[in-house]
Amino acid sequence: MDLLEYQGKQLFAKHGLAVPQGRHAATLDDAIAAAAEIGYPCVVKAQVAIGKRGKAGGIKVAKDEAEARTHSEAILGMDIRGFTVHDLWIEEASEIDAEYYASIILDRGEKKLLAMLSRMGGMDVEEMAERDPNALARRHIEPASGLDLETAREIAREAQIDDDVVDGVAEMLVKLAEIALAEDATLIEINPLIVTADREVVALDAKVTIDGNSLFRHTDLAELRDRSAEDEQERMAKEKGLTYVKLDGNVGILANGAGLCMSTLDVVAQAGGRPANFLDAGGGSKAEAIVDALEVITSDEKVSAILFNIFGGITRCDEIAKGIIEASNQTDIGVPLVVRLDGTNSEEGLGLLAEAELPNLHLEKTMLGGAETVVELA
Amino acid sequence: MSIIVGNNTKLVVSGLTGREGTFHGLRNRDYGTDLVAGVTPGKGGQDVDGVPVFDTVKEAVDDRGANTSMIFVPARFAAAAIDEAIEAGVGTVIAITEGIPVLDMMGVYWRAREADVRLIGPNCPGVLSPGKANVGIIPAQFFDQGSIGVVSKSGTLTYQIGNELKQAGLGNSSIVGIGGDPIVGSDFIDILKLYEADEETELIVMVGEIGGDAEERAAEFIAESVSKPVVAYIAGFTAPPGKQMGHAGAIISGSSGTAQAKQDALEAKDVRVGTSPTETAKLAAETLATRA
Repeated sequence: MDLLEYQGKQLFAKHGLAVPQGRHAATLDDAIAAAAEIGYPCVVKAQVAIGKRGKAGGIKVAKDEAEARTHSEAILGMDIRGFTVHDLWIEEASEIDAEYYASIILDRGEKKLLAMLSRMGGMDVEEMAERDPNALARRHIEPASGLDLETAREIAREAQIDDDVVDGVAEMLVKLAEIALAEDATLIEINPLIVTADREVVALDAKVTIDGNSLFRHTDLAELRDRSAEDEQERMAKEKGLTYVKLDGNVGILANGAGLCMSTLDVVAQAGGRPANFLDAGGGSKAEAIVDALEVITSDEKVSAILFNIFGGITRCDEIAKGIIEASNQTDIGVPLVVRLDGTNSEEGLGLLAEAELPNLHLEKTMLGGAETVVELA
Repeated sequence: MSIIVGNNTKLVVSGLTGREGTFHGLRNRDYGTDLVAGVTPGKGGQDVDGVPVFDTVKEAVDDRGANTSMIFVPARFAAAAIDEAIEAGVGTVIAITEGIPVLDMMGVYWRAREADVRLIGPNCPGVLSPGKANVGIIPAQFFDQGSIGVVSKSGTLTYQIGNELKQAGLGNSSIVGIGGDPIVGSDFIDILKLYEADEETELIVMVGEIGGDAEERAAEFIAESVSKPVVAYIAGFTAPPGKQMGHAGAIISGSSGTAQAKQDALEAKDVRVGTSPTETAKLAAETLATRA
């Protein structure tokens, strides 16, 4: 789960990390009130979970109330690369002496957290590493011992951080590593980490990813929402407890198991089709889940044909068939449905479907056959 | 021979008294796995269909000689259950549980390494050695005994490929589901090593998916240290960047970790990569036929 900038900063503040003063606003009136409270000049920042907001016109400095109003009005509702701005963060303007980069990221290859620090902040990390590999200091954190202040100072010196702020930056790195462990963050990135005119070390941005599996022990974070990233089908699927990802094609897809579902998308694409979604019905799906899944898939108006690719292990194909029949009885699916059933109880499932004589239903024996047929019908 | 589980496996199931634990534990026993004990704190002294239940894994090891642990404990308690099994002295822990926080697994991973315990999973379907033992949720009916070793990040995708192999008259030495989480106890390389040393295994099928760099690392390892032929399949070519596809690990960030990058890395080391599960099974059959 990706936090918005202001949610990340509030998390930082909770752990005693220096961030600029700011207020959240969701309406124009809120924004004006927030700006008055913060004082001028202030910065109006679009809250969407995507980078390069500044270039898109989503970050503006306001000198007075008139400018705060103009900028807030322009930014609220703005579309930034497919994300609609529903939230603003009004922040005090900072005087910047230097811009650094700091991050803590889970390195899954090494199975350790990795601390990274650079004196070349402001650009993205790939670009930075490419331009000057030596400008990025990296150090893995030993899981058993964590990151201590002395090691953090070494990292800061290696990154050629200005002498007078080595301690401040090192303390911040130590704190970031502690936050990662305390809050189950798999990524914390601050870009830029600034040194102010008063030589204070402050987090000017916050990119935080929280491990979704850990939300049971972070009830405060579990309640946060990012309205900009949700679309109608994804919201509906979440309510029904389905694993659904919206894509931009027209072939609706349901499979059981994440791997098989990804493979199904690939095979449909190879057959010349464009998948409309990823939907993993999971293991042991019952008829009811299939009814829900069909409702979500068909609510996407772009869908012109649907493929069910089921290889039953724990999942029983007769349950899937019952779900399809039940859904057809409740509502008109409206588009051709191609069903491939194989594995546990596939004969029973195929038998039930044949008996039901549903209109617009096409039975297939193989995954490749199913993909070809659905692309033809879409 | 086979790898990880076999005729010598003595299984203890943490969470045997739960609904899923009972169903799959007894299913594993019906297959022929030597299920010696279950563990549920507070339920010691009870039994599940004749299988004795203990309060701790240690008791199951001491009293019943358990050497392999299967974890069927809910996610929030699973990391502690794995730690308990490691400390109790079993040699192998197979964690089926889905949804364990990844930073919990980071700690568990290093403690397992330290104790020299083989950890498979979490969020995996387990390990099946056809004709010998099944530990986990892999439906055994789709696999025959044979000479192909399978290692996979995904469950259903593995059943799909196994079934195609079976229809082609081919069988498996073992099938290992390593799981799709960002941190798993054993990676492709760990399992490739075991297959390379296993006499029964003549060919290895490796099933990967987007995310991380385990496939790229495996490609390097295959070139250097695997003499047996390897056929691979990668899922997730059509996955958009930044979107999570069900498996917590299956997320692409930036340019690395894409299916294309993995395919390129494998093909650069002369590993044949199938375009679909069907073609992958076909490639495996072909490769085996040319060797025989």
